Amino acid sequence: MAELIAKGTWVEIHRIVLPVGERAAQVPEETKRVPLEMRVKGFLVAPAALGEEAEIVTRAGRRLWGTLTEVNPAYDHSFGPPVPELSTIGEEVRAILGDRGRGR
Amino acid sequence: MTDESYAAIMAQREEIMRGSVGIDYGQYVTGVLAFDYERLLADTGYDVETARAVQTLTAVGDTPLVELRNVTELVRCVAKPGKGARIFVKDEAANPSGSFKDRRASLSIHEAKKRGYAGVAAATSGNYGAAVASQAAKAGLRCIVVQEAFDSQGIAQPEIAEKTRACEAYGAEVIRLSVGPELFYVFLLTLKETGYFNASLYTPYSIVGIETLGYELAVQVKERTGRFPDVVIATHAGGGNVTGTARGLRKGGAAQTGMIAASVDLSGLHMASDHDFNRKSFTTGHTGFSMPFTTWPDRADVPRNAARPLRYMDRFVTVTQGEVFYMTQVLAELEGLERGPAGNTSLAAAFAIAQELDEDRIVVVQETEYTGAGKHPLAQLNLAKRLGIEVRRGHPRDNQPGRRIVIPAHPSQIAVVDVDLDGVRRLYLQRAVESLPEGATLSDVDLEFLAADTRTSRGYVQGIIDELRRENA
Repeated sequence: MAELIAKGTWVEIHRIVLPVGERAAQVPEETKRVPLEMRVKGFLVAPAALGEEAEIVTRAGRRLWGTLTEVNPAYDHSFGPPVPELSTIGEEVRAILGDRGRGR
Repeated sequence: MTDESYAAIMAQREEIMRGSVGIDYGQYVTGVLAFDYERLLADTGYDVETARAVQTLTAVGDTPLVELRNVTELVRCVAKPGKGARIFVKDEAANPSGSFKDRRASLSIHEAKKRGYAGVAAATSGNYGAAVASQAAKAGLRCIVVQEAFDSQGIAQPEIAEKTRACEAYGAEVIRLSVGPELFYVFLLTLKETGYFNASLYTPYSIVGIETLGYELAVQVKERTGRFPDVVIATHAGGGNVTGTARGLRKGGAAQTGMIAASVDLSGLHMASDHDFNRKSFTTGHTGFSMPFTTWPDRADVPRNAARPLRYMDRFVTVTQGEVFYMTQVLAELEGLERGPAGNTSLAAAFAIAQELDEDRIVVVQETEYTGAGKHPLAQLNLAKRLGIEVRRGHPRDNQPGRRIVIPAHPSQIAVVDVDLDGVRRLYLQRAVESLPEGATLSDVDLEFLAADTRTSRGYVQGIIDELRRENA
């Protein structure tokens, strides 16, 4: 049996809002071929297992149902490595400025 | 059980919007297309002074005006002798949530609180979400932000991921959606369910909230230099920035200052495309918003849009993605200001436009925005490379949105491309004529309205409409 995540844990749920075939008429073809998906975070209302239906209370106090997809989801957006195409711009413009770029 | 299908909710659109902004737009109707724009704004009850008073309560506004002396020197290194206007920037990143959007959110949240709404909701993937969440936190209101955040592969746009984090940091619920205009359906559903106030970017409160920016910068530039700015450049997306800033400049006495709108050129990319979503490398300030909103302002999430940029812009220019990333790096390294990137669209335009003007002239870039993880040229360029977009140094004319980002090889290559405003006006008028109900005719009031909305004359409007009719005959 899958491990149950404790009530009150900060989680993310996932739900299909509009399945393929129900998307708006004005949507381009390639977007119509995929569903409109929703992800929302909140506190788990009752113990549930990953991949199962679960209810959450959001930060706005709403109760929402969806598939439990993540436990304590990380903020993993970052900067990534330096980009060589930007790395030398500072030196280049300082060279152009010469003595004029000494600040005032 | 109530019908919550797409069709059912969209059919209730007018009713849900009316309840959620507390404005009866019907009372402003004066013709088939015309409405009393000035009265809509005046009825907010705020002028610049009272708006500033509300904003001061949450430390919004009164941001520093910074002269970019080194950038100006760099302009003069590449400009013709005697050319190279002084460039100033209004450091809007100093606002509580890090952008000028706090000004737009402040009056809406103040009104929502005053009228007893339990919470506020906003449909936005940008800085505005953080601004609404920040203001709501201070006011003790619940907040829901609806974002278009990731594509069908589950790849989040890094700048929007940062906005998710910021909104959640302020205690908001964030509804993250995959790509598509049906975001509006989810937003309406949320408003209907919660009864929250719609803190739309396009209400009169949002626009009056920006007037303080134009007003402040007029006063600050006059105090600092003894004259009003010659031109102010605003990064242009939905039109609020241009509209509110221009109105504020006039209220601050700078009636002769030219208003220039600047957008990142994203031509060729489709805004509702799942494939193109993560290939834009910009989340706002681009032509994907500015073109449709300039030619049809009333496409917004309120019945009548208070942002009507064609009324105010003297000039509309585009710059490339690579030019904006280049200037973002220059701003950091020559001025010690790590800001943007999207807000630096107007800075890239300023670098080119300052070269057209004499050295004693003044150009103001009217905003900066905070920088952070995801919200940075490195994050965008790394994602672009991962998706197979070529990133290289070269001439900006070789930049191709979604295929190749060209970082200028030399600052002398930075240029603006002028958008033909008459072409834009024509598209606006074409849309207006198409939106006429069957059998309806335009009255004098409508022609006056269309002239004001396109900043032209009745004769001009009539001429274009006659032309369009002949073409369609």
